[in-house]
Parts: sequence; C-alpha cells; structure tokens
Amino acid sequence: MLDLSIKKHEAEPSATACCNADKNREDCSTVMQPLSIPMAKSEDDDAPCCGPKPGPPSSPYERPGYRMYHFVADFIETTVGVVPRVKTSLNFPDLAGTVRARLGISRDRYRVAPGLYCVGTPGPESPVLVTANYKLSFDSLRRELEDIDAWVLVLDTRGINVWCAAGKRNFSTDEVIRQVKRVSLDTLVSHRELILPQLGAPGVSSHKVKKGCGFKVFWGPIRASDLKIFLQNGRKAAEAMRQLTFTTGERIVLIPVELSLIVKPSLAILAAVFVLSGISPDVFSLSAAWFRGLNGAAAYLLGVLAGAVAVPIFLPWLPVRQFYLKGIMTGLVGAILMIIYLGDSITRIESLTLLLLTTAVSSYAAMNFTGATPFTSPSGVEKEMRRGIPIQVTAVAVSVIAWVAAPFVG
Amino acid sequence: MKDFRYLENVTTLELDQEKCIGCSMCAIVCPHTVFAVKNKKANIADRDACMECGACAANCPVEAVSVTPGVGCASYIIQTWIKGKDAVIECC
Repeated sequence: MLDLSIKKHEAEPSATACCNADKNREDCSTVMQPLSIPMAKSEDDDAPCCGPKPGPPSSPYERPGYRMYHFVADFIETTVGVVPRVKTSLNFPDLAGTVRARLGISRDRYRVAPGLYCVGTPGPESPVLVTANYKLSFDSLRRELEDIDAWVLVLDTRGINVWCAAGKRNFSTDEVIRQVKRVSLDTLVSHRELILPQLGAPGVSSHKVKKGCGFKVFWGPIRASDLKIFLQNGRKAAEAMRQLTFTTGERIVLIPVELSLIVKPSLAILAAVFVLSGISPDVFSLSAAWFRGLNGAAAYLLGVLAGAVAVPIFLPWLPVRQFYLKGIMTGLVGAILMIIYLGDSITRIESLTLLLLTTAVSSYAAMNFTGATPFTSPSGVEKEMRRGIPIQVTAVAVSVIAWVAAPFVG
Repeated sequence: MKDFRYLENVTTLELDQEKCIGCSMCAIVCPHTVFAVKNKKANIADRDACMECGACAANCPVEAVSVTPGVGCASYIIQTWIKGKDAVIECC
C-alpha cells in the first residue's frame, strides 16, 4: 500500500509523528518534508514459523480508529500539521468504486474526508484547488494533477458532486470559508488565492469568500482535464473550457443511476399490475394474473426502457424539446413493436391499453431525466410538467380501467 | 452544448445594465455563454440558453443580475408542488 522502503532503515528517532507535529512546529527549519517515522523492526522475518508467513508490520501512519485510504501515497509535514499526499493515478479500488457509484450502489456513502490534501511537492507558493468530497469528484481532480505541485482543499459537500452540491448549497460560500479557516490555509500558503471549479459558482459568491476569509476566488475550468492548461495559461480558461458538453458517452453513464432510482417504485407498480391483471369475471383468476400480468409488466418495463434508456441515448436526435414528448415518441415506437410482436394473443382493447401504459410510463421517465441534464431550466421543466403530467395521469388511469374491464367485455 | 436547446421564453433571468460595472464575472461563471461583455457592460446574448443555475446572480458583486435559481428536475418540482418551495432543500 505504501512505499516505505527509504524510511524503513535509517529512520530518525526524533522524527515527527503526526501527533508531535504541533510541538515541533517551532524548531522545524524545513517545512513540507515527507514524514519519516521509525518502523517496528522484525528480526525474525526469516525464522521458521508455523502456517503461512505473517504479513508486514503495521504502517507507522496507522492510527487507532482510522483506516488508511489506498489513494494516499505518503504524508508531508507542514506548518499546519501533517497533510496526506495523494496519488495522481487511479488504482483498481478507485475503478471498482466508480463502477459501483455509477450503478447507484451506496453512492451516497462514496466520499472522502473533507480537509487538506496535496499532490506533488507543494510549497507556500503552490496553488490551492478546491473540490467536493464525492469520491468521483475527488478522483477526477487528482488524476489530472500528475507533475503538478498543489494543495487540494476538499469541502464537506455530503458526498455530492460539485455542481449538484452547489445547487443544494452544500458547495457554498460558507463551506469554503469554513474549510479555509479550519485548515489554517493562511499560515500554510503565502498567497491568498483559491481555484474553484466553475460549476461550483451557483453555490459560491466569490466576492463574499474574499470578504469572509481574505482569499480571492479564481474560477477554474468546468472539466478537471483542462486544469493543467488553465494553470499554464496564467489561470485563463478558453471559452470551450467554460462551456458544458453532454456527449453520448456522458449521457449513457447516467442511465444506470436513473434506473436504480426507479427500482423501488417499480416493484410496487409491478405487484399492482399482476393483481389488477387477475381480476376476472370469476372474481380472481390466478392464471390471468400471471399471463395477463406478464404482458402488463412487459408494457411497464418497456416504458421504463423507452423513457430512461432510449431517451438519454437518442436525446439530441428526438425532434422535440419537451422531455415528456421525447418520452411519448420513444414509448410509442416501443409499444407498437410490442403489439406487433404479441399479435393475436391479446385483444384489441388490451393492446390499446398496453400502448397507453408504455407511452405514459416512458413519458414520465423521460421527464425525470431533466434532472440529470446540464441544460434544462427549472422554469422550463415546471412548464412542461404542467402539460405532461395531466396527460400521463389520464393515460395511466384510462389504461388501468380498460385493463381491468377488458376480461368483462372481451 | 449548442446542440441542446430547451424551452424558449421561460427563464427568469434579468440584467440591470444600469448597475453593471463590467467586471465580467457573470460571463466567466456561466456554463452556457449566456452573457457577452462589451464596452464595460454585460449583455444577455443568448437568453434561451439560460438554465437558471444561479451562478451569475451569486457572483455579481453589485446585484445587477437576478434569476430564480433552482434545479431543473421533475422530482424536485413535484416536491415543491406538494410541500411548498421553501420546504424542499434536499432533492433528486
């Protein structure tokens, strides 16, 4: 996990462990040096033993009650205490964590501790980069910082990415000021500048940060991948660095989380579909519940697929602007294909019912995707919802009534 | 992002050019290039690209820009309909 090879041999006994950092601050002539801590020596490493060989001794950085993050390379000592130096490349646990978060698994707990980190060998002149404590945000920043010496100040955004946290006011003016003061940034660096990601701007007033803690905010590029050029160009961002994109790839990675949010309500809805399908002239028919229920469930799931998968993928090519209409388009296509496939195995009323259900579900799911896009305004979403929701509710109500009535009239 | 346009004539964005001091902060923070600054005054160059994120208003030092900020997200708006706008902080 850690490269301790240099420190293992000739560790100074007087070296500063992190708990001694404050005590030794005065006599520290050289600040921001990597820590060296004596290791417990194991003389018997080559001695015969029973069972498998014991693993290496505990790392000197370990503390009771804490767990070391794999992305920390080592620690450096500074005037404000010990600061973890993080790796600028991602390892397997990071990639696995990214996949899990993208699937919506424990996404709300995928965080790093807020506070001060660093990359490279930063000094008092080095830039301070501010980010959120969602691990995906933190990773996308540090992976772009190879060969850069910088401080990284992580805000407590409750594990939410920069933009959403700015919208929710967790990536906020107050939080920037709080963390700057908490880590005593003014004694760590000689300058009074912070570089914030541009997408944090809805939550942070740069002039209020200046007033609150004396640090001037520089708005960095939207994407961390442009950060190196931004720093090289004297903190100037080209116009393209300030504009959002929403590429096919950027849309597709959002789909699993959208689906994971629909799973719970979907289970309840599917249960209702099977129960409603069983209502028959003989009070309740289990075989109808199963066979008609399967068609109903397929219509529902097709609606989810059309709205939450097809709409994000085909977003720029669906020739209407309202999302509920985009969902109706993909829903209709899906429903018509399904009716053709089912053919004569269902009645005409039933096929019309399934068409209504699929289209309404697709329309609703597509409308929900507005929350994941970077270009829909709340005023616009509210406007289309006032039109879309009555249509969706009516379609579902008609389809439920028709579906229940079908065995009686059919 | 020019490929993605949303509804027109809906944004609550307003700019008071009298107050504007031409600092360009709105143009810097806007992720949709809504503002253009000419002759020390900001202009709304592309109003319908605005998504009401509120970055410009939050960063205007003289309060020349105003917008009703919010999240363009259906589940959030449904919550505001049910619980009232002030009750909803956490969402989507």
